[in-house]
Amino acid sequence: MEDIIIIGAGAVGCFIARSLSRYELSTLVIEKENDVGDVTSMANSAIAHSGYDPVPGSNKAKFNVLGNRMMKEVCQDLDVAYEECGTLTVAIYDSQLPMLDELLERAKENGVPAKILTAEEVKAMEPNINPEVKGALLCPTGGIVNPFELTAHAMENACDNGVKLHLGEEVTDIKAENDHFLVKTTKGNYEAKIVINAAGLHSDDIAKMIEPISWTIHPRKGEYYVLNHYAKGLVNHVLFPLPSEKGKGILVTMTTSGNYLVGPSSEFVDDKEDLSTDTLTLANVKEQAKMLVPNIPFPEQIRCYAGLRSTPSTHDFIIEPSKAYESFINVAGIESPGLVSSPAIGEYVAKDLVGKLLPLKEKSDYQKTIRPYCHPQKMSVAERNALIAKDPRYGEIICDCEKVSIGEIEDVLSRSVPAKTVKAVKKRTRAGFGKCQGGFCQPKVINLLAKHYGISPIEVLYDKDDSQIVKEEVKKEA
Amino acid sequence: MKTKDLVIIGGGSAGMAAAVAAYDKGIRDILILERNEFLGGILNQCIHNGFGLTLFKEELTGPEFASRLIEQIKERKIEYKLHTYVTNISHDKVVTYSNAKEGVVELQAKAIVMAAGCYERNAGAIGIPGDRPAGILTAGQAQLFLNEYGYLVGKRVFILGSGDIGLIMARRLTLEGAKVLGVAEICAWSNGLNRNMVQCLYDYNIPLYLSHTVSKIVGKSRLEKVIISKVDERMQPIPGTEMEFDCDTLVLSIGLVPNNDLLNNAGAAKGRSRGALVNENFETTIDGIFSCGNVLHVHDLVDNVAMEATVAGRSAADYILGNLKRGDKKIAVQAGDGIGYVVPGEIDLSSASEALEFKFRVRKPSKNVYIVYKFNGEVVKKVFKPVIIPSEMEIQKMPKSLLKNDQGTIEVSLVQKEE
Repeated sequence: MEDIIIIGAGAVGCFIARSLSRYELSTLVIEKENDVGDVTSMANSAIAHSGYDPVPGSNKAKFNVLGNRMMKEVCQDLDVAYEECGTLTVAIYDSQLPMLDELLERAKENGVPAKILTAEEVKAMEPNINPEVKGALLCPTGGIVNPFELTAHAMENACDNGVKLHLGEEVTDIKAENDHFLVKTTKGNYEAKIVINAAGLHSDDIAKMIEPISWTIHPRKGEYYVLNHYAKGLVNHVLFPLPSEKGKGILVTMTTSGNYLVGPSSEFVDDKEDLSTDTLTLANVKEQAKMLVPNIPFPEQIRCYAGLRSTPSTHDFIIEPSKAYESFINVAGIESPGLVSSPAIGEYVAKDLVGKLLPLKEKSDYQKTIRPYCHPQKMSVAERNALIAKDPRYGEIICDCEKVSIGEIEDVLSRSVPAKTVKAVKKRTRAGFGKCQGGFCQPKVINLLAKHYGISPIEVLYDKDDSQIVKEEVKKEA
Repeated sequence: MKTKDLVIIGGGSAGMAAAVAAYDKGIRDILILERNEFLGGILNQCIHNGFGLTLFKEELTGPEFASRLIEQIKERKIEYKLHTYVTNISHDKVVTYSNAKEGVVELQAKAIVMAAGCYERNAGAIGIPGDRPAGILTAGQAQLFLNEYGYLVGKRVFILGSGDIGLIMARRLTLEGAKVLGVAEICAWSNGLNRNMVQCLYDYNIPLYLSHTVSKIVGKSRLEKVIISKVDERMQPIPGTEMEFDCDTLVLSIGLVPNNDLLNNAGAAKGRSRGALVNENFETTIDGIFSCGNVLHVHDLVDNVAMEATVAGRSAADYILGNLKRGDKKIAVQAGDGIGYVVPGEIDLSSASEALEFKFRVRKPSKNVYIVYKFNGEVVKKVFKPVIIPSEMEIQKMPKSLLKNDQGTIEVSLVQKEE
């Protein structure tokens, strides 16, 4: 019997696991995908929102602001790329200026530092901005974060502290027994005193397994462009247009790896697996983005992608026990600003909700930091040579565009949350993220995965089951 | 800091030919840096024949062509390092490289020849609409998996783009037992060499859909099908023209792009070919840094790569020996109507040889046209072409004596012959 089963290893599941891993509890995380943070936590705007925007008093406001305040320390402890670059919410028309005042009031109510800038101040900070700009709201505590590292490293920390993680296993049914739950999956049956439903897009499906619910999750798709990291200084802050009913609008931002993201669109879809992009939507994203930055170098496009937000019918994060069972906790509808909120949600669920049900006794050997990763590209030549002298694999680079070495790839294969797929390697190390999109390095990554796991290259997956990249071995001459 | 007379970035056909040429001009302190585990670059995965007809007067496979050059390197005992990756080139010619044995090394070069080849345009760059499953690869990647690693990428294959590697892979995949369902080309004409159209598609009854593109990708984990559509004159899919192909693999042969980041970062000016801007000696706008082969502009034939690299290697040797002096006057070379790019991008008459050579591609296939060279507005040369196509690089020569001034602009353009 487990003390706790967490369903879902997105940002929320990972941070709940991390917060629980501090205590003498047995925790199992079950994730249907072959990697952590593989759905909504992977395909989003990669922003650590300041919290100026959510309705004051809402869960979104509360956890966003708390999460933002935790972000710096969390990212230090977990070796996650994070930059507090600030956000600018930009007014292009005179008629929009009163909205900046309203947002400033809202920021104050939420306890978020903010200030209104004049058009001249904005232009000085952002030389490429639409010259028609009339003013902007600066929120200096907003920033950008690497979402792949944030989720994977949080779970790695949890696993280092004893949490168990089952990847590629889908929950098919849950039964409430006398004093525990029986969780059935595609691979086995498990018992737990507490179940935490952090199943993202499928959290309503999971919640329905034990009782009728009054809320639903409606996937809301966002499509993006990714630009290469050559156009340095295109923008220096996260640039938002003024928000509308459809959300925060099309933003232009850099990422922690120096790329730029332009998007997202906002469109409700019915299929929870629908990550397709389409030409018209992306063309519209492009047009709207030009209102913020007229000369975006779209020929530097290296990829388009779509993500799905877990939009709840309640319009707010659902973080509470189910109606019938105090020990079945729903953490659902965590759409934007979910990424930045997740560390705060993790702490709240562990201390306030689980803490009510089970004694929280801190482990004597709890480690809040992970074994640091090597970042050869951030090192001086001397530091790098010291590293390569110790481990020559860091000298041999195999990713042409992002300059990733074999050492970095083999490191992520041997961690407590190992990369098992080509995409997991890509998310952890950036090998395959550049302009050639894996054209040069993917065959080498496949070979490294095959060698590490003792399998054939035809068994190596891109991400999901049945996503092999090479199909069969060509017959050899006898 | 260690020093070298000549550092060559890339040990493929261009790098090796440049090294041999520089050696034969008397340079001995040469180092070739190659990121792969062998010399020869992309030739090693090109196991089909058709290489070497111009240079060696016989028909060779890619690996055979490479081995000819490797022999020349070895005969001359030219130093090379494998598994070695160049991370930076500075404006003052410091080359930084990394490998497992030596770690990170900074090397002061007297001259550098950039010969790093090209990379393939991919699904991300063109943003094909639909899902993003496994089973979508570039033709070169499919070729590498098959010819070097021994793995077939799929059983039912559709090909987007009629570039040469795509055509060659259509045949190669068919011979290995895959079913190639068709090739879609967004242009109204094929972008491969004619011999490849015939030998790789027609001989195997593989249909070619001109003015078509993939308008949607379907598949959650592995590719399940592609939808192709006819395109209008703005290359946008026309609704109602969709055709569905059930397939597990989409191979992309949609163009090659010079892999020129190192020179861009060093501050060398860019040319229209997306490689560096070079003069007639293949010297970039940075003194002593030369560029040749596919990193400069994408070639159709390796013979031309090697011949171009030979000129670049000789120029680098001249530079090291103090025999290549750049004058302060130059003539700009511009691509006019109907021309995609021209190499060289500028000419320094004081250092140019007697016969100037222009390499360029036209934007679309044309019949009965003149290639017109205008120097400072005046026509100095006209070449009649009954047929000219984008998939074949055009190489034309002009005596230097036709240019009566050492400054100004040459514009190369395509003009339709009046009926």
